[in-house]
Amino acid sequence: MMKTRDSNSDGRSRKSQSTPIASQPGTLPETLSGIDRRGFVQLLGAGLLVTVFEGIAEAQRGSGGGGGGRGRNVSARIHIGEDGTLTVMTGKIEMGQGARAELTQSAAEELHLSPDAIRMVMGDTQLCPDDGTTAGSRTTPSTVPAVRQAAAAARMLLVGLACKQWGVAENSVEVRDGVITHPPSKRSVTFGELAKGGAAARALDQPPPPNVSVTPVKEWKVMGTSYARPNRRDLVTGAHKFPSDLILPNMLHGKVLRPPSYGAKLLSIDLEPARAMKDVVAVREGDFVGVAAPTTFQATQALEAVAETARWEPAPHPSSTEVYDYLRRRVRSKRDVENPFAAEMAKAARGFRQTYRTAYIQHAPAETRTALAEWKDGNLTVWTCTQAPFGYHSELMRAFQLPSECVRVIVPDFGCGFGGKHTAESAIEAARLARAAGRPVSVKWTREEEFTWAYFRPAAVIEIEAALDEKGQIVVWHFININSGAAAVQTPYRIARNNCRYVPSDPPLRQGSYRTLAATANNFARECMMDELAAAAGADPLDFRLAHLDNERLRAALEEAARQFNWRERRRQKRAAGTGIGLACGTEKASVVAACVEIAVDEAKGEIVVKKVTQVFEAGTVVNPENLRKQVIGCILMGLGGALREEMIFEGGRMLNASFGKYLVPRFKDVPELDIHLRNWPGLEPVGGGETPIIAIAPAIGNAVFDATGKRIRQMPINLSTAKSSQTAS
Amino acid sequence: MDITIGFTVNGKAATVTTDPQRPLLDILREDLHLTGTKYGCGEGFCGVCTVLMDGKRTLACITPAKDVDQKTIVTIEGLADGDKLHPVQEAFLAEGAMQCGYCTPGMILTTVALLRENPQPTEAEILNWMDGNICRCNNYPNILNAVRRAVREARR
Repeated sequence: MMKTRDSNSDGRSRKSQSTPIASQPGTLPETLSGIDRRGFVQLLGAGLLVTVFEGIAEAQRGSGGGGGGRGRNVSARIHIGEDGTLTVMTGKIEMGQGARAELTQSAAEELHLSPDAIRMVMGDTQLCPDDGTTAGSRTTPSTVPAVRQAAAAARMLLVGLACKQWGVAENSVEVRDGVITHPPSKRSVTFGELAKGGAAARALDQPPPPNVSVTPVKEWKVMGTSYARPNRRDLVTGAHKFPSDLILPNMLHGKVLRPPSYGAKLLSIDLEPARAMKDVVAVREGDFVGVAAPTTFQATQALEAVAETARWEPAPHPSSTEVYDYLRRRVRSKRDVENPFAAEMAKAARGFRQTYRTAYIQHAPAETRTALAEWKDGNLTVWTCTQAPFGYHSELMRAFQLPSECVRVIVPDFGCGFGGKHTAESAIEAARLARAAGRPVSVKWTREEEFTWAYFRPAAVIEIEAALDEKGQIVVWHFININSGAAAVQTPYRIARNNCRYVPSDPPLRQGSYRTLAATANNFARECMMDELAAAAGADPLDFRLAHLDNERLRAALEEAARQFNWRERRRQKRAAGTGIGLACGTEKASVVAACVEIAVDEAKGEIVVKKVTQVFEAGTVVNPENLRKQVIGCILMGLGGALREEMIFEGGRMLNASFGKYLVPRFKDVPELDIHLRNWPGLEPVGGGETPIIAIAPAIGNAVFDATGKRIRQMPINLSTAKSSQTAS
Repeated sequence: MDITIGFTVNGKAATVTTDPQRPLLDILREDLHLTGTKYGCGEGFCGVCTVLMDGKRTLACITPAKDVDQKTIVTIEGLADGDKLHPVQEAFLAEGAMQCGYCTPGMILTTVALLRENPQPTEAEILNWMDGNICRCNNYPNILNAVRRAVREARR
C-alpha cells in the first residue's frame, strides 16, 4: 500500500518524473488506492486511528457545517509521525482558490515551523475532519481559525512534553523551526525527536488545552505573506493528478444517457446494441441508463447505439426568452412581492419603479464533473472533484444504502468549482456503473453535459420601487428578488422605509450555488437603480451613494476607488463620444468592494469594450496578498463574462449554446487595464475574498453604458440590442 | 476498422491500434497514461489539450488518430529535461501563472509553440496567439506576464 508521501495527499511530489509510456494498465499513485488501517498507519504514523473514526462519527452527526470543527482531539487535525513528519488534515478542498497555501501557512504560523515542513491532507472523508463545504467564503473565517487553534494547541502539547521530560517550566522554552529550546540549560529537542516512539502522537491525542492562544497579527511571520501554492511545480510538469486523470487497473470509462430535452420521460430502450459490442457493459436501473467500455471512444459509440433505440415522451419547457415571465408568474407567495410602503410611495415627491433581470448562466469549470468509483468488499471509494466531500459521502450512503464506514470520498486538488460542484451526480453515476461492471469506472462529463445537466446560476427578476423626497433623499426602497436568492438582497444604504426580500419561484431549470450566488444579481439591480435615482436627483453617483451610506468600511472602499480612478475630475471632464465611466460598490460575506470602470461603446455594432477597471477590495486582515489579488482579478474577469455575454439560451427543453464556441467566456483579449487595490483593515479578523469581488463589475459597466449612451440596460448580460425592450418593460 | 499507427511521444516510440477517428487526446490519456494533456471541450475551443505535433501547436481533442501516424508529439510530460524544467515552465512558476492549474499544461505548450514560430512577438501577437486558450480561473494577467517573461528569457 502506501509507503511515502505523494502529490495527492500532501500536495507535493517526491520528485518530478516524466511519465513513462506504459502499455500495461497504469496504477494510481500509492496514496490513492484504498487505504486500510495498516496503510493509514504507514501514511501518518501511529496514534491517529481512534480519532479518524471519531471524525466519521462526527460527520454522521452532521457537525461539520460551519467549517470550524470544534471539540475534537488535536490529533484529528494535526498528526506528527514517528519520523517527525507534520501532517495537517482538513475537510476543505483545493480547486484553485488557494486554500492549500492559506491553511498551510496558518498551521506553520502557530507551529513555529516552515510551511514547507507541513503536509496538508485535504478533502478525504476517511482522514480529515468535516470542515463543511468549501463554499460561502468560509475557509478563511472558519477553517483558518480552526487550523490555527489546533496548530497552536499542538505546539503547546509538544512543548509540555519536552518540559515534562526536562523538568522545566513551560514559559522558559522557545520554539522556532520545529525546535524547542531551553536557553538556561542550553537543551533543545526537535519535534521529530519528540515524536520517536510515538510519545508526541500520544500527546496530541487529547483535547486542546483550555488556554490556547494564537499568534497576534503583528507577530505574524508566515501568515500575511504571499506564500505560493505548495504543489505548484506539479502543475507545470503535468505530474499532478486531477480527479479526471486517475486510472485504476481494469478501469472502464462510463457514459450516461441523457434525455433529449428537459423533463423528457424514457418510455423504452434496447440495451442490446451496446451489449453486443466487445467489452461493453450496459446498465438500466429505472431511469438511469449508462454504459462502460475500455475507452471513452467505445463508450461513446455504445451510448449512441442505445440512444438510437430510445423512445421518449417530451415535456413542455419554457424558452430562455420567456423565462422571466415564467418565474414572475410562478412566484411562491404573491403577497411577499407587494410593497408594504405603497401609501408612502404615493405620498412621496417622486416615485420610481423598475424591473431588472439576470440570465441563467453556467459555472463552466475548467475540469468537467468527473468521478472514479471502485467497489471492494462492499466498500465504495470515489475519487472526484467536489466542494462538498462530506456531502458527497452522505449522498453516496443514501444512494447505495451503505453505512458511513463503507463509503470514502477522496478529493484530489481539482480544476475549478465556483459553487458548481456541490452535488454528487457524477459520483453516483460512476458508482452505479462500477457496481454493475464489477470493475472501477471513471465518468467524465463532456463539456456539453456540463453546460446542459449541471445546475445553473439561477435567473432573477428583480422588482424595485423607490421614492425620493424633495431633497433628493431616498425615502422608500422596496426590492424583491424573484428566484435567485437572498445574498446581498439587503441594501447597505440608509433608507427609512426599506423592504428587501427574496421570494422563491418554481424554476424550470436545476439551479444552485455560484460564486457569491445572488449577490451579483442583487448588487447589479441595486447599484444600477442607485444610479438612476442619482440622475433623477441631479446628483453625482458618488455623492448620492455617500449621502446614504453609513458603513465605514464600504465608504472607505468607495472613496478610495473614486480617488484612484480620479472619478470627480473625470466626471467634470467631457468624455469622448462612445466613452463612458461608471461606478458601483457593495458588501457581502463581511467584505466590501468598490469599482470604477471606463468603457468604449460602439452603438452601431452593439459593442461594449471595458477599457479600465479600478477596484478596491477589503476583507479584514489579509492572510495571503498575492492569493487575494488573484482572487480579486479572477472575480473581476469572470464577472465580465456574466456582465456582457454569458447567458444560457434554451428552447423546447434544449440548450442551444452548450459549447465554448457559443457560450463565450472571457478570454485574453477581454482583459482590460486593471488597477487593483487591496485594503487591509487592521484589527478585523480575516474574512474570505474569493466571491465578493465579483459583485461590483456588472453594475459599474451598466452605469458606464448609461454615461456613454444615455440608455439604461436593466438586464445581465448587458446587451445594447436588448436596451429597448429593457426600457419598455417597466 | 482499427488502424495501427506509429509515432513518437516525448522521444519514445509508440505503436497504437485504434479507430482512425479516435482523438489523439484519448490515446495520450487512456492508452499511454500521459494525463498531463487535459480534456476541456472536445471541440477545439479552449486549448487545454494543446500538444506539439512536429513542433506545431496542435489541439489533441480534434486530431484524429489517422493524422498522427509517423508524427512526433511533445506533451507537458516531455518538456522538462529530467529535473530541469523548460524555461517556459520556469516562467510560469516565477509569475505564479496558475490557480487551479488545469489549463496550465496547454498554456505552457502554446507558449513554447509561440516562441518557436515567432521568437520576438509583439504584445498584440502574444494576445492573438494565446487567445485560443481559456483559463476559467481568469488568471490571464499572470499568464501574460509568464509569456512575456518567457519571451524575454528566450531573447537573452
